[in-house]
Amino acid sequence: MTASSDRPAIRLQGVTREFRRQRTSLVTPAPVVHALRGVTLDIARGERFGIVGESGCGKSTLLRIIAGLDQPTAGVVEVEGTDISRLPERRLGFLREQLQLVFQDPMGSLDPRMKVRDIIAEPLVAQGKRDTLPRVLELLEAVGLQAEAADRYPHQFSGGQRQRISIARALAPDPHILVADEPVSALDVSVRAQVLNLIAALVDRLSLTLVFVSHDLSVVRHVCDRVAVMSHGEVVEVGPTDQIYDDPQHPYTRQLVAAAPRLRAALAGRTAADLAADTLAAKETS
Amino acid sequence: MSQDVLRVDGLHVQVGELELLTDVDLTVQRGERVGLIGESGSGKSLTALSIMGLLPEALEPRGSITVTGEGGRHTQVVGAAERDLAAMRGRDVTMVFQEPMTALNPTMRVGDQVAEVMRIHRTVPDRRAAAARAVELLDKVGLPDPAEAARAYPHQLSGGQRQRVVVAIALANDPALLICDEPTTALDVTVQALVLDLVVRGVEARDAGMLFITHDLAVVASVCERVLVMYGGRVVEAGAVHDVFTRPRHRYTRGLIGASDLDLTREDGRLYTIQGSVPSAGRFPAGCVFRNRCTHATTLCEGLPPWDGAGPEDGFACHHPVVVKP
Repeated sequence: MTASSDRPAIRLQGVTREFRRQRTSLVTPAPVVHALRGVTLDIARGERFGIVGESGCGKSTLLRIIAGLDQPTAGVVEVEGTDISRLPERRLGFLREQLQLVFQDPMGSLDPRMKVRDIIAEPLVAQGKRDTLPRVLELLEAVGLQAEAADRYPHQFSGGQRQRISIARALAPDPHILVADEPVSALDVSVRAQVLNLIAALVDRLSLTLVFVSHDLSVVRHVCDRVAVMSHGEVVEVGPTDQIYDDPQHPYTRQLVAAAPRLRAALAGRTAADLAADTLAAKETS
Repeated sequence: MSQDVLRVDGLHVQVGELELLTDVDLTVQRGERVGLIGESGSGKSLTALSIMGLLPEALEPRGSITVTGEGGRHTQVVGAAERDLAAMRGRDVTMVFQEPMTALNPTMRVGDQVAEVMRIHRTVPDRRAAAARAVELLDKVGLPDPAEAARAYPHQLSGGQRQRVVVAIALANDPALLICDEPTTALDVTVQALVLDLVVRGVEARDAGMLFITHDLAVVASVCERVLVMYGGRVVEAGAVHDVFTRPRHRYTRGLIGASDLDLTREDGRLYTIQGSVPSAGRFPAGCVFRNRCTHATTLCEGLPPWDGAGPEDGFACHHPVVVKP
């Protein structure tokens, strides 16, 4: 065994997840969806790790498994050295302290009937902690919200502010790992930059391990050091973000990079026709 | 100008006391691709719905919207009878919406939906010709095996394929103006590239005008020649795409470009931001709509900044514009 300090924060080995669909016929077996096909990854402590892929590639399933919200059909999922893949819910308490989530939709992930102070305190209450208000106020300040926010309800905030509340809640139990699932995809451009800066600042200050899932390679490039590209339930390419972005090796990654419109390239004359042609060219080499 | 397919003059939209759109001027000429960018609540979709005559009943439009279709047929959209609007929609002006699932009828085969728009406007002689033309259009928008696809129901197609069907419907009657409202926002990026290309080619082949609404600056720069920037229900800046994005004059445009450029960072490695958040509809400040988030705002900005430019095609409305070094 390696010393605990070099142990990766998250280790995935051959993680497979199959979903059985409803039977469509009496004589044929139920069709099986292969959401994950043997994903193997190490995410080091303190790393900012991105997972990129299009809808249906399995990135959300992978995230749910890492967070202990779903169990793999096969494979091993270690978080901070403990295999969580077969643990029952009642033994996952340690995971909730170590790893917290921020979701895409800041409206759907906050209970509209709870005050912000109760939303942020909920993970603490679940761990049996009392007198949570000082911690709540500290967290509100850390995410750039006023103390008055504690006594208001989610609908009284804008999308960007709600995402700050989600981040405060995630940080409440003082986790080591922050998992963010498309945290800025639902936000306006002018607010997106603020939230990305906030995440980066908190990850720095609290020395968090960040797992950042997005469909947008350019967002991941800004936030993450290393990235895994997923397609059809498999990790097709892993590497330093700049390398993946500037010199993609796998045909699918090439397609993803070629298809993404970029302001500078567009202003230099890259039209929609060029985007489409490059995307198809990358596809044909696969 | 006679070549204008769309001319919007002083458009206001109000609901009760709340003003949602204020003094919007906009023109689109034949063969021209114009982008309309802005964040949520800026009024870009409301502008599109006003042009289509599809505003919800509670909303009252004022001002003038003129659509000029095939053969110089004018429609004054504001105050028009539903009959005249129905004759205009689907023929002179068509629209591609963001969500391809809700834009299609789930109980009707897609071929019939493409044929329907031609049957309604009698642009084909009979049912058989419409069906044949529908298959031809589905082929043109790149659906594999178009005859088979015409018999499919929307749920049997992927999101990208459904959006191709919507584009086929929008182009079926060779419209003078195509309005696209975030047509690729719900699509994967590799599909987006292909659908954008498809829309641009379809519009170019018909020499139609296009009004393209999006929040994505990179998409608008890939598709359009000219752009209007909306914020708080007003057009705050307009001009050629290259000029507006490389030499913005309005402080909001400048901020928006800075905040969306993920390759550009401050000295501390963080992104440039605009402070605060977009107010909800009707909650924007009087005077300059951007002044409560603007770092250059002064008391002067409590007064409405005048439009600085020759016409609606090029100009800005800011008291403290970005000074361009000569």
